[in-house]
Amino acid sequence: MPDTLLALNGLDAHYGDFQALFGVDMEVHAGEVISIIGANGAGKTTLMRSITGLMRNTAEQINHLGQPIGRLRADQVAHRGIAMVPEGRQLFPSLSIEENLLVGGKVGRTGPWSLSKVYDMFPILAERKGQKSMSLSGGQQQMVAIGRALMANPDLILFDEISLGLAPVVISDIYKALPDIIGEGMTAMLVEQDISRALQVSSRVYCLQEGRVSLEGRTGDVSRDDITAAYFGVTT
Amino acid sequence: MTTAFVTRSTRASRIAMIIAVLALIVLAAAPWWAGRADLRLMGEIFLYLALACLWNLMAGYAGLVSVGQQAFVGFGGYMLFALTMFGGLHPVVAILAGGVLAAIVSVPIAILVFRLRGAYFAIGTWVVAEVFRLSFAQVSSLGGGSGSSLPVDVVRSLADSRSGREALAYWLALGAAVVVIGVVYAFLRTRRGLALTAIRDSEVAASGLGIDIWRTKLEVYVVTSAFTAIIGGLIFLQKLRISPDAAFSVNDWTAFVIFIVVIGGIGTLEGPIIGTLLFFALRETLADYGTAYLIALGAVAIVVMLKAPKGVWGLIRDRFDIELFPLSYRVRTRDDHQGN
Amino acid sequence: MMEWTNAIVQGVLLGGLYALFAAGLSLIFGVMRLVNIAHGDLIVLAAYFGLTTSVMLGVHPFAALMVVVPLMAGLGYVLQRGLLNRTLGDDILPPLLVTFGLSVIIQNALLESYSSDPQKLSGGAIETASLQIGGLALGVLPLLTFGIAVVVIALLQWIFYATSLGRGFRAVSDNQDIAQIMGFNKAHVFGLAMALALAVTAIAGILLGIRTSFDPSVGGGRLIFGFEAVIIGGLGNLWGTLAGGVILGVAQTIGAKIDPGWQLLAGHIVFLIVLAVRPNGLFPRVDH
Repeated sequence: MPDTLLALNGLDAHYGDFQALFGVDMEVHAGEVISIIGANGAGKTTLMRSITGLMRNTAEQINHLGQPIGRLRADQVAHRGIAMVPEGRQLFPSLSIEENLLVGGKVGRTGPWSLSKVYDMFPILAERKGQKSMSLSGGQQQMVAIGRALMANPDLILFDEISLGLAPVVISDIYKALPDIIGEGMTAMLVEQDISRALQVSSRVYCLQEGRVSLEGRTGDVSRDDITAAYFGVTT
Repeated sequence: MTTAFVTRSTRASRIAMIIAVLALIVLAAAPWWAGRADLRLMGEIFLYLALACLWNLMAGYAGLVSVGQQAFVGFGGYMLFALTMFGGLHPVVAILAGGVLAAIVSVPIAILVFRLRGAYFAIGTWVVAEVFRLSFAQVSSLGGGSGSSLPVDVVRSLADSRSGREALAYWLALGAAVVVIGVVYAFLRTRRGLALTAIRDSEVAASGLGIDIWRTKLEVYVVTSAFTAIIGGLIFLQKLRISPDAAFSVNDWTAFVIFIVVIGGIGTLEGPIIGTLLFFALRETLADYGTAYLIALGAVAIVVMLKAPKGVWGLIRDRFDIELFPLSYRVRTRDDHQGN
Repeated sequence: MMEWTNAIVQGVLLGGLYALFAAGLSLIFGVMRLVNIAHGDLIVLAAYFGLTTSVMLGVHPFAALMVVVPLMAGLGYVLQRGLLNRTLGDDILPPLLVTFGLSVIIQNALLESYSSDPQKLSGGAIETASLQIGGLALGVLPLLTFGIAVVVIALLQWIFYATSLGRGFRAVSDNQDIAQIMGFNKAHVFGLAMALALAVTAIAGILLGIRTSFDPSVGGGRLIFGFEAVIIGGLGNLWGTLAGGVILGVAQTIGAKIDPGWQLLAGHIVFLIVLAVRPNGLFPRVDH
């Protein structure tokens, strides 16, 4: 039985009167890559906001390394080693590229990733480190966002819609680099709308539909039809 | 059979209307039943009530949080003095003319200060008020920095007897409060008034609905400025003496007004009324404590803003679901067997 | 001719003081979009703290800075975390009205403890000392004030753009959610920003108190001067704020030269002209 890194136990989430997640159960083991797929409004972003601490939950609903973290603030969660590459990249516009990366290292965890290691992987960033992040292309910005998350030396990294708004060739490049990125003993959760991409790199998949887990399984065990049904809520 | 229908009026609002009319009759008769000091106090209460309703319209509905309305209070006061002393106008005419002039003056001011957003708008309006104060202090014929008193013949032109003048000042204050409340209420019920509420809730959504936000805000600013100047004229008709520091006091004409509205309930019509009553009740009981009273007032306003942002009236409304000035539409059901 | 040159030079030096009034205001707005209506009253509060410290310890007001700067910084941190953080959000009313209430509380608390009598910090010989430069008599105190303003602004600029603290300020200012995910405690960062702003306020208050007499009611005026310097200079630009302070100071001394009653009016009018002609200020920030 592999170590449980992150466990969600009946996670509920609300925006005022509106409930976005209903009793979501998930288990993420150390070293695996899981993907979370679902249509718009299925609750994927809410799930990310809950795990990272941007939304507060009941303490016991989220466990990290066996400890309840559901009530921790986002910065406390970050210090525990959970990092995110946010949807739409969301770099800091008034910071240079290097400063964006340094901010990622704010939590001060030790590990394989450092400024020079990130520059080794994305040499273009080293060339442009003094520039403002908005001067980069979308793909390059995504490199900064990934590098920024790696700088935290997290044990769990969340990728939220990393292919959104990027050219297909750039998406291919990023997915090619992903195994290397995740390689170094890291665990990853991938939120994607592009199902085939997600299935390629992950070992297990969770499908969300209207705030509930509609399907879970090993990527080899679930069929396309299962996923389509779980994604759209139609039975074939 | 039960049918649903949409209405604005509620039982509470109809009862409130009847009580208001009765109260108005009793209040109008005050010169015959109230003492001189009480009459004066009530006059002051009505004028503060009017100022509070106007500030509430601007800040609570149009999102124009000004801390510079003393500019127009003082302007109205000075116009009363200038137009009666140099223009020979009757005081009441001078006060109304002051309102018209304030409306004209407020347009270029609005064009300037509307360039500032949010809190910077607030301080910008304060700068304008300072410009007014410093400018009127330069006018030596109005007494410069030390100010002047309303000449005796002007005062006499109101009424021959002192009690007659005091009754007149009181009725004017009462009338002004009624007119201001009526105008604000009527305005909020119009299409433009509804547009205001839309702006408050979301500027983006409002512009999507084709509402010219800038123009609507300008209209509110001009109308409130005009009425604020008229109230200012009435304030100094009661005081009979004016000076730049008194006329353009940020504490007297803005801080107190803001506390009244915040404590009563900003963005509600009932709020300023409740707030004014609470403010004067506090003032009359705690005025002996001077500064400590003001410290307490500031603290209460902070606590209300943080813990109950809709003020005392908001608490009452949430608890009992009543509205004395029906603005929102309600869906009600009616039992047709009884109805017909 | 010499008289006018003198007026302009005095105005420039006065501008240093106004830049110090403005720097804290500008910093707070930059980091958390908060406009603190009580800012002027906090400057006056610092002047009173300076008075009490220098009288009780029998030291020069400049030495009192050793006490007042940390005291105001601490007050800023506590104020931010205990009160002002609760007001921040999409609605502009709560911060505005809460700081307005704070302004009234500070003013009246000062009245209660120090009365309304004007007070002054005694700077000793430095108050009257002057340097003769090219026919102009330049007061040492105004020169020193201007020099301190330049140093303070350079220091703030350095903190903002060359330290990890400043990186945190800018990151939180850009995107609060993502900065938190990166491990920044927003409440703490805002507390530090307010602490820094009120440390500057402490310096401004003490220099104000040595220069002129003050009483509990003068805070509103200082807020307005600081605000005008910020808007004239352009939001979010610290060196622009210094320029704004200088323009305001020169306008006032030239106005006073024409007619003593015109001193403040001339400053306000220049502000309104800038607002009419260049609503984003003379030196708006360009970086995005």
